[in-house]
Amino acid sequence: MDSLISDMSTSKSGGISCKDQNRRITWEGCSVLLDINDGDRVLFARLTAGSKIKIGNKNCSLQPLIGCPFGSSFQVEDGKEGPVLSRVLQSTKGNSLQITEESRDNRMLVDNNSAQSLTGEDIDEMRRKGASGDEIVKALIANSATFEKKTAFSQEKYLLKKQKKYAPRVLLRRPFARSICEAYYKKHAERIGFLRVDTLSLLLSLANVSAYSDVLLVDMLDGIVTGAVAERLGGTGYVCNTYCGVTPYPINIVQMFNFNDDISPRIVHSSVAELHSYENGTSPPNDQLEDASTIRSQQNEQILSPSGQNADSMEENEDGNMEIMTDVAASTKVDKGTKAGRKAPVEAIKLWKENGFSSLIIAAPNLDPWGIVKEVLPLLSYSASFAIYHQYLQPLATCMNTLQAEKLAIGLQISEPWLREYQVLPSRTHPHMQMSATGGYILSGTRISGGDQTQTM
Amino acid sequence: MFPFDSSKKLSFSRYISDGDLLIVYERHDNMKAVKVSESGVLQNRFGVFKHSDWIGKPFGSKVFSNKGGFVYLLAPTAELWTLVLSHRTQILYIADISFIVMYLEIVPGCLVLESGTGSGSLTTSLARAIAPSGHVYTFDFHEQRAASAREDFERTGLSNLVTVGVRDIQGVGFPDEFLGRADSVFLDLPQPWLAIPSASKMLKQDGVLCSFSPCIEQAQKSCETLRSDFTDVRTFEVLLHTYEVREGNLRSWQDNDGGSMSLKSCKKRQRSTKGLENASSLTIMARRNGESRGHTGYLTFARLKCTL
Ligand SMILES: C[S@@+](CC[C@H](N)C(=O)[O-])C[C@H]1O[C@@H](n2cnc3c(N)ncnc32)[C@H](O)[C@@H]1O
Repeated sequence: MDSLISDMSTSKSGGISCKDQNRRITWEGCSVLLDINDGDRVLFARLTAGSKIKIGNKNCSLQPLIGCPFGSSFQVEDGKEGPVLSRVLQSTKGNSLQITEESRDNRMLVDNNSAQSLTGEDIDEMRRKGASGDEIVKALIANSATFEKKTAFSQEKYLLKKQKKYAPRVLLRRPFARSICEAYYKKHAERIGFLRVDTLSLLLSLANVSAYSDVLLVDMLDGIVTGAVAERLGGTGYVCNTYCGVTPYPINIVQMFNFNDDISPRIVHSSVAELHSYENGTSPPNDQLEDASTIRSQQNEQILSPSGQNADSMEENEDGNMEIMTDVAASTKVDKGTKAGRKAPVEAIKLWKENGFSSLIIAAPNLDPWGIVKEVLPLLSYSASFAIYHQYLQPLATCMNTLQAEKLAIGLQISEPWLREYQVLPSRTHPHMQMSATGGYILSGTRISGGDQTQTM
Repeated sequence: MFPFDSSKKLSFSRYISDGDLLIVYERHDNMKAVKVSESGVLQNRFGVFKHSDWIGKPFGSKVFSNKGGFVYLLAPTAELWTLVLSHRTQILYIADISFIVMYLEIVPGCLVLESGTGSGSLTTSLARAIAPSGHVYTFDFHEQRAASAREDFERTGLSNLVTVGVRDIQGVGFPDEFLGRADSVFLDLPQPWLAIPSASKMLKQDGVLCSFSPCIEQAQKSCETLRSDFTDVRTFEVLLHTYEVREGNLRSWQDNDGGSMSLKSCKKRQRSTKGLENASSLTIMARRNGESRGHTGYLTFARLKCTL
């Protein structure tokens, strides 16, 4: 068993290997989340010498981002050979404007277009002469008749608005379960079954995901849960995705995590028939095994070239959406070191059969939870925790009722997470005007040893 | 407590043995941590349970008392521990804890600083998240509380992942040995703004800080202090609503000739004895539990600015 594990973790085939999952400096080939203008636009990209992004009407190479710390910001500047992204160092002296209690008010403000004396032509002219975005913003402020009369709060708002337009910022974020889930939830919630980040965090806790866990998963949310679990396992244990039939569910999102060669091989899949087939020491019929391995290669194909599914649908318009850079696909092909989503090794399947999985998470938005639970619950060890996500309450209520009646689990609970963000500013603290009204529901519990127990007293 | 030991991977023992810590489950709102010993007994309203009867059974078993009453024996988890630990202070619960661990971007191998330790409810989940190779250094200025927490981590098998220090973090900050080494810092202190300058020196660039405060004025002061060295300052409130589910018999209006107004609850086993005409009106219904926590605290997160 030990040898099985070390075999898997040493089976590297070139590619970039980063030992530390928790790297804080980018490297060539790493996946990054680019946050443009405070979340107005979010995109995933892989940093290669050739990769480019378009900001406004300018094409910029991502090369300058390689070797920079996550968390750093960039601005578009005019270089000799066209626009370049250059690093903006953050000052440690607070915001450009001091936020204090306000004495001014807006009674003097008149809303007409005469407040700004700089015209569009003036700005174009400045641009031609090579003025930077920051300089344009400064000029706009200097030529605004009303800026001084504005409250500090609206001054800041004005400044931010102009900055976004004339001097857009690119923030380099680490692709972690948190940032990836938030980015999807904000821009393409339907792709991750409307799974909010706090709900995802609860799934991981309620299922007791921890190092050396063997987590059984039904992830139909394109791999967001798979990635989050693998991140928590940090190269120990296994995440085993199971499915009914012959085709594993796609887990494209896993690519956006920077999983190293310790973590990726821990992400495996196995059909529910296979997981059951070693029951009583019997092996699955041969043809079944072969079937499964053909799927595996198809599956890999699919992962390696998401152009069909991903790039097309992900790449979107200028008006602020999430995109996946086409070259994510290209560079993943090069980076053969990362192999997530292989077939579960037979030895592992046998051990799971003997010992049971230690956790179960189900996230299958369009399926009846009980239909899945009745198949996979017996694969868990006694005392193992499980957590089932659903967007709707009723299917979980029905499932809970059945679990209770059949006495298969205890500690059954349906929870609904609630999350509210606040604006916290001197004398202006209040909840955000918009909040997400639903983060879905989770049914959780603990599997218990079943009816085979008789009273011995 | 958890199968963190690498020798136990894939085949951790799920059979109860002498010396194990387990959670005795009576009901969802009645649980207790027990250390198994050959000669031990557990006594509760169901009668007397002999530990020796438990040894060799799998975790998750139902065991009976001398009077035929029963309980379940569960392997401890961080969530169960939070429900059974002895409250020496106010503690954090699962909704806040889960969100904190994810938002602090804690993964195996991280170095995490925490103050105050309190009853160690959060610490237990932090330890689970950094295992097997990271470490949590947690500080409380209350000598006895720190000692009790240390004993608990010994009991739950987390002592090689957690170090408890006695220190006034608001007064003197975190120890210099952690300068620039922390991946994340968590504060649950009465005046967190006093500890923030030190926390910012301990964090790696882009590292995340979280401060938990019950009152908005505390969050407000923290946010003001955070704005000089941090970006991405965000404040949240997290809660959990729980639901009760039952199968009820909703009679049709036509069949109801006044009289009883109450909703008839119907258990599964009664179903077969009911007439067919009634079975059609059996409905599974869910509603929010009446009693629910309305507020725990404000969680303020911030990210250390990158200045290098
Ligand atoms: C509410 S409790 C923390 C509870 C903890 N988060 C939990 O989940 O169990 C707050 C703790 O902070 C400690 N504390 C207060 N002021 C402190 C200081 N200046 N330095 C260190 N610890 C302090 C208290 O002794 C108390 O144990």
